[in-house]
Amino acid sequence: MSVTGYLHSVKINKANCRGCVACVKTCPTDAIRVRNGKAEIIENRCIDCGECIRNCIYHAAVAETDKVSGLEQYEYNVVLPAPSLYAQFPADVSTEIIWQGLHALGFDEIFDVALASEYISLEIEKIVTDPNNKRKPMISSTCPAVLRLIQVKFPELIPQIVPVLPPAEASAIYIKKQLVSKLNIPEEKIGVWFISPCPSKGTNIRQSVDVLKTEITGSFSVSEVYGKILKNLGKESALEQKVTTASSYGMGWGGYGGEIRSAGLKNAIAVHGIKDVYDVLEQISLNKMPNLDYVECSACEGGCIGGALAAENRFVAETNLKQRIVKMRTSEPATRKETLETTMVCEDFPTSSKYIKKLLPRPMMQLDDDIVEAMKKFEQMEEVLRALPGLDCGACGAPSCQCLAEDIVQGKANEIDCIFKLRSSVRKLAHGMVELSKQIPIAAENDDFDLENELTNSNAGGEEDEG
Amino acid sequence: MSEDKSVKMNFEVIGEDFDRAGEASAKIKRMLQHIGIPAEIIRRIAIGTYEAEINVIIHAGGGEVEAEIFPEYTKVIISDHGPGIPDINLALQEGYSTAPDYVRQMGFGAGMGLPNMVNCSDKFDIQSTVGEGTTITMEFKHNS
Repeated sequence: MSVTGYLHSVKINKANCRGCVACVKTCPTDAIRVRNGKAEIIENRCIDCGECIRNCIYHAAVAETDKVSGLEQYEYNVVLPAPSLYAQFPADVSTEIIWQGLHALGFDEIFDVALASEYISLEIEKIVTDPNNKRKPMISSTCPAVLRLIQVKFPELIPQIVPVLPPAEASAIYIKKQLVSKLNIPEEKIGVWFISPCPSKGTNIRQSVDVLKTEITGSFSVSEVYGKILKNLGKESALEQKVTTASSYGMGWGGYGGEIRSAGLKNAIAVHGIKDVYDVLEQISLNKMPNLDYVECSACEGGCIGGALAAENRFVAETNLKQRIVKMRTSEPATRKETLETTMVCEDFPTSSKYIKKLLPRPMMQLDDDIVEAMKKFEQMEEVLRALPGLDCGACGAPSCQCLAEDIVQGKANEIDCIFKLRSSVRKLAHGMVELSKQIPIAAENDDFDLENELTNSNAGGEEDEG
Repeated sequence: MSEDKSVKMNFEVIGEDFDRAGEASAKIKRMLQHIGIPAEIIRRIAIGTYEAEINVIIHAGGGEVEAEIFPEYTKVIISDHGPGIPDINLALQEGYSTAPDYVRQMGFGAGMGLPNMVNCSDKFDIQSTVGEGTTITMEFKHNS
C-alpha cells in the first residue's frame, strides 16, 4: 500500500519565477522541472525539505504557512515555541522575554516544545538501547523531510525508524487535554499553533506521515513571528502564566547532535544536511553500519536552526543556541538524569505508541505498474540516455540527462527539449535542405541554369547590399 | 507475462579502485527501483552485489558484474580472473577470513562476505579455480 493524493506546503510563485534551474538542480528528489519557462513541482516527489526555497534568488519558491490573524477564530490560543525559535535571539534574551513577546502577539498560553523533546528523548533512549533490536542502526524520526525522503527513496529503511511522536505533536496532545479540563471549553475552541523553522514540519501538520490525528491547528514560520517578537521585546506584557521550562537537554534539540545528547546515547552519530542524510541512508541500506545504535538525521545543515523558514543565519543561530545551552547548564544538576528529573514534572505526558501510525512507502521511481512494461520502458530509457550528451546542463528543464530520459519515456518530454539534440537536428535539417537544393528537377535541367552559380551570386549580392 | 523477457546490464569492476567501489551495485539498485521491484528485495540484492563487488576490487584485481532482471527474479553474476579460492567450503564458513588477526581487530575482514551473499540470495553458486578466477551467481526471487 502506498500513499496517494499528497499535500505539501512548498509552492512556486509563478510571477516571481524566471525559469532558471537553480531549484531543479538542487532538489534532492528530482521533483522540479521547468516547463513553459516556469518551475513546476511534481507533487508526489516533493518531500518539503525547503532546498528550493533556500536556493531561489528570485524568492519564487515559497512555503504556505498560516497567518497570525487565524487566532481570531479561537477562544483560547496556545503557542508552541521550539528551540529553533529561541536560537534566533542572543542567549542574553531570556526565554521569559521571548514568551512575553509571544503573549503580546495574542497567544494566551505557551507550551515549551523543548520540554516535550525531553520526554521523547527518554522514549528514544529506551527503544534504541533495547538489546532485541534486530536491525541497526535505528534512525531518528523527528525530521519530517527525512521521513519523506525515506518514504520515496529508501522505503526499505522504514522498519529502522524510531517510532516516536514529533515533540511539537506531543506538546499539542498534552496541552489540549490539560486545557479542556482546566478551562472547561470545548476542544475545537482551542487553537494550538506551532512556530516552524521549515516547510516540512508545517506540512506534517496538514498531512502527517506518522501521526494518527494531529492536535496542532496550524503553523507560522519562524521568520514571520521573529520580527513581531523583536518589535515587542522589552514591552510590558501581562503574561501571568508560569511556563514550565525545559533543561539544556531539551533546548539542544534545536541543533544537530541535540537528540543524541538528550537521549544519552553513546554509540550514535548526528547527520545533518539533506545530501549527507541521503548519503548515510545509502550506507545504512547497504548494511555498512550494523554496529551503530542510532543515527540522528536532520534535512537541514546545522539541524532545525538551519531550516529554510528561519530568520537568522544558521551560524549565528548555532552560536546563540550553544551559548544559551552553556548558560542553562551552569544552574543545572551535574548529570543528565538528575537534570531531566527537575524538568519533567508533567502529569500524564502522552506516550508515543498511542498516537502514531506506521509510515507507508511512497516509491516514486517505478516506470510502470506492470513489471514487464516497466522493463520495456527501462530499456527505452537507457537507449534514450545513451543518445543524450550527459552534460546534465539543465537547459531542458530537467535536472539531469537521466531525468530527461525518464521524462521522455513517460511521454512528458521530447528528445529535442535537449538543446544539443535540437542543435544537431537543426544542423541535419540544414544539411538536408542544402542536399535537396542540389537536386535540380529534370524540367529545370538545362545549360542556362547553374545552381552553384545562382547561390554564389545571390550571396555576393546580399553582402554588397549590407555594405 | 513472457518468461524470456529480461533486462540485462553489465558493469566493469576495476581492481583496487575504491573511488568507484559500489558503483555497480548502486546502478543495479537504481535499475531495480525503476522496474518496481519491492524495496526489501532491492536491499538484499544491493547488499549481496556490494559485498561481491568489494571482494573483486580487493582480491581479484578487477572483474565484471552482470545483472539480469526477469519478471520473477533477478540474477547477478560476478566474475573475475583473480587468484581463485583454494577451499570454497572453508571460505563459505562464517568468520573465515584470509585477513590476519590484527587486520580483523581493526574491523576489517570479518569473514562475513561470502556467508552474507549466501544469506541475502535465494540461490547461490560459486565456481572457482585457483589461478583462473571465481564466478559467483546469485538469484533473488521478487516475491519472497
